Amino acid sequence: MQLLSDASRAEIDRWIAKYPPEQRQSAVMAALRIAQDQNGGWLTNALMDEIAAYLEMPPIAVYEVATFYSMYEREPVGRHKICVCTNISCLLRGSDEVVAHLEQRLGIKLGQTTEDNRFTLKEVECLGACVNAPMMQVGREYYEKLTPETLDTILDGLE
Amino acid sequence: MVNIEINGIPVQAADGSMLIEAADQAGIAIPRFCYHKKLSIAANCRMCLVEVEKMGKPMPACATPVNEGMKVFTKSPKAISAQRAVMEFLLINHPLDCPICDQGGECDLQEMALGYGNGTSQYGEAKRVVADQPIGPLIATEMTRCIHCTRCVRFGQEIAGVMELGATGRGEHMRIGTYVAKSVSSELSGNVIDLCPVGALTSRPYRYSARPWELDSHDSVSPHDCLGANIQVQSRRGELQRVLPRDNEALNECWLSDRDRFAYLGLAASDRLSAPRIKRDGEWQTVDWDTALTFAAEGIKAAGNSVGALAGYSSTTEEYYLLQKLVRGLGSNNIDFRLRQLDFSDQARLPAMPGLSLPVVEIESIDAALLIGANVRKEQPLLGLRLRKAALNGAAIHSVAAVDYAANLPMGQRIVTAPEAMVASLVAVAKALLVEGGSAPEGFAALAEKVEVSIEAEMIAASLKGAEKGIVWVGAMAAGSPDAAALRSLAALIADLSGCQLQLPGEGGNSAGAALAGCLPHRAAAGSEVDAAGLDWRAMLGAGLKALVLMNCEPELDCADSRTARTGLEQAGFVVALSGYASQAMVERCDVLLPMAMSYETSGTLVNAQGNWQGFGAAIAAPGDARPAWKLLRVLGNLLDLDGFEQFSSEEIRDELKALTGATGTIANQLRWQPVAPSVRVEGLSGIAEFAIHGVDPVVRRAAALQASIDGQGASVVRVHSTTAAARGFNDGQKVMLRTGEWSCAPMPLVVDDTVPAGCVLLRKGTEATQGCSSGFGPVELIPA
Ligand code: SF4
Ligand code: FES
Ligand code: FES
Repeated sequence: MQLLSDASRAEIDRWIAKYPPEQRQSAVMAALRIAQDQNGGWLTNALMDEIAAYLEMPPIAVYEVATFYSMYEREPVGRHKICVCTNISCLLRGSDEVVAHLEQRLGIKLGQTTEDNRFTLKEVECLGACVNAPMMQVGREYYEKLTPETLDTILDGLE
Repeated sequence: MVNIEINGIPVQAADGSMLIEAADQAGIAIPRFCYHKKLSIAANCRMCLVEVEKMGKPMPACATPVNEGMKVFTKSPKAISAQRAVMEFLLINHPLDCPICDQGGECDLQEMALGYGNGTSQYGEAKRVVADQPIGPLIATEMTRCIHCTRCVRFGQEIAGVMELGATGRGEHMRIGTYVAKSVSSELSGNVIDLCPVGALTSRPYRYSARPWELDSHDSVSPHDCLGANIQVQSRRGELQRVLPRDNEALNECWLSDRDRFAYLGLAASDRLSAPRIKRDGEWQTVDWDTALTFAAEGIKAAGNSVGALAGYSSTTEEYYLLQKLVRGLGSNNIDFRLRQLDFSDQARLPAMPGLSLPVVEIESIDAALLIGANVRKEQPLLGLRLRKAALNGAAIHSVAAVDYAANLPMGQRIVTAPEAMVASLVAVAKALLVEGGSAPEGFAALAEKVEVSIEAEMIAASLKGAEKGIVWVGAMAAGSPDAAALRSLAALIADLSGCQLQLPGEGGNSAGAALAGCLPHRAAAGSEVDAAGLDWRAMLGAGLKALVLMNCEPELDCADSRTARTGLEQAGFVVALSGYASQAMVERCDVLLPMAMSYETSGTLVNAQGNWQGFGAAIAAPGDARPAWKLLRVLGNLLDLDGFEQFSSEEIRDELKALTGATGTIANQLRWQPVAPSVRVEGLSGIAEFAIHGVDPVVRRAAALQASIDGQGASVVRVHSTTAAARGFNDGQKVMLRTGEWSCAPMPLVVDDTVPAGCVLLRKGTEATQGCSSGFGPVELIPA
């Protein structure tokens, strides 16, 4: 059974085409991202195996990549993945409070998903927006200079 | 060459080499964990930090190339403090469990910690713990001990060619494993046990049985494939504990196949024979040696010259020599060791001894190869490794076989056909070669007439022809096929036409020794011709001989046709077995069971595929009353009043043979084309059979851990292509019986496997499950069980 959709395969093919033919594996990061998007934000072992076969590389080499980068999820995530930076600049600018507020408002701890599957809360390292610390990323959006108030507005605006 | 200075000592080093190599050559010790001379450089452990003049920071010796005039200090305060700091970090997460760790006493970390560690640790926080995942019956894991040197990962990727272990996660969360629960399947997996510098990966069978300082080490040679890997057999108080590789760059380098490493487990099998037994008036009795040998001699004597002998593949050359001497002394030429073969029609033309035409190391530098019915990776795992190196260097490795063997190297053209079509595939290659010139030899045209030259055949032909150093390799499946003579003849023709060298490595551990010793019906010692050829093993078993001597073989398992072996033994008058084991089948079919010393228990010589005579002494004593087979044969010879049985040592026997073979001890000759008959078409399902990697001799067969491995488990099934399974309504895992003519095997699970060509059934021989089957070739039927 084919798990990767035709659309996903076509997109992966575009990435494969960027590299010399004997280096198909170079497309592994893109392929994992595409598969993750297709699968509602997370990767199953079966999907990774299919990528391995598609890129002609050993499955373990795909697992290595998928486990190395924190943006690949290997457990189901909520509709909105909230990634809060707790690295040094954000910490100095109050990321502790951001985390505390989110945990309190969502009723979950870092690394957990709300029961209604709307939110997943994740702690991440520096996302390169230190100038406007503290910050978080939700989906593809950055939200900066966070305060409890702005957090509430942001959360209210999410489905 | 560049000149550098290490600790004030001038050292010459090759351009581009690393500091650590230069130091190693000069005998200057630099601590290390991740560096290994056979693996790529990872430079991740940092234990090898040294001070280099004019460099601000300490440099990793394993990743710092030498430079003219470099001054290096490995023991300066700066170097030592860097090394001590690294050691402190390494020990932060390492458990303090040396007393219960199997690596204790031979652990690099333990040793380095002695030299560079602190008595106490500044680290007071919690240590990291890693949950273990089992990775099979051969390797025990204790991943909390892992220091992430990635040697095991690099071994799989770079050497074995199957990446099964990996480093998942990162930083503190990085761990080594398979990520998903699975056993490792590589036939070389055990090498990671030696590579792992700590006790993370240890030998599962050897676990908790001894400490290295209690072990006595004996140099020996492994008898399970024709490489003759050099090994150390280690025992404690006379009891065998484990087998390790012994470095020999010309043969096994520092590696060992799992079969060579773990076969010893079979020596302690529960059906090991330790006292002589005879069957008198239908009753088995355990008797003393005198009684047993006299009984055996009388039985043999009564048979006159209606006598024959079968020998297994893993005996010593000395044993083969005495066995043939015994049979010939009795006036018979009925002697054979080629139990895995079915076609002997070309025996008179074959080289007097199987082997390679080039040294093993030179396989690395070939630029093209045609493998014919060869699964080198599983037949001679370490020769497979050399082929892999050649392939990675750009050699084109092609295959014509009845199975699409899972290769661990980049393959060129692969022709996968039904077994009976292999002849036609080779004819196609030869035909393509003839297009480029040369004249068709006599008898070829008739064969080639109906054969179409495929694109693949053309490409193989072009590649072989264009090769500077090409080889044509006849593998075990080809040699064991009913068309073996035709396949060999065509292989010789292809080699001739393309200017490649023909390789007949020979199946089994000591087929070269057996052939040299004259353990053949048509040739006596040193390849000398006999007046009238005796019977090959198959004919012998069909001839109802009055007496049969078996040496180190279980015919129903070791012969290429288990069914013939069984009926033959039943018909034979008096059966004497020099055997390591008393299996049910042996007890039922023999009249005398003489316990013999097996590998590592006797002295002797093995001749490998490159013609080296490798001698060894006994490493351990044989159990109970078991005696070396050469001694048993010697006494039998005396009891039978035969001449030439006065030797007092295996060396004397060896020297006697050596005097016949001449100083080099090998016989060079070549196989040439001979007209062959086209193979018979098979209607319906066509059977393919080959010996299982762990079914090759009585010892390996009894090594429980090997049998439990993926290769071992995979041998007790029949395999068919998915389309064939679908067409016949079989499901994966369903129990079926394989039937040839009137005979069927016991029910076995069917495995759907697309490496088997459609319309074929693949069977692995030499295992309990397939005992009782016929040769496995030709028309077969599958019936649901
Ligand atoms: S398991 Fe052993 S060889 Fe593999 S990375 Fe860990 S310490 Fe190194
Ligand atoms: S530290 Fe938070 S974005 Fe850089
Ligand atoms: S041996 Fe040099 S970094 Fe590991």
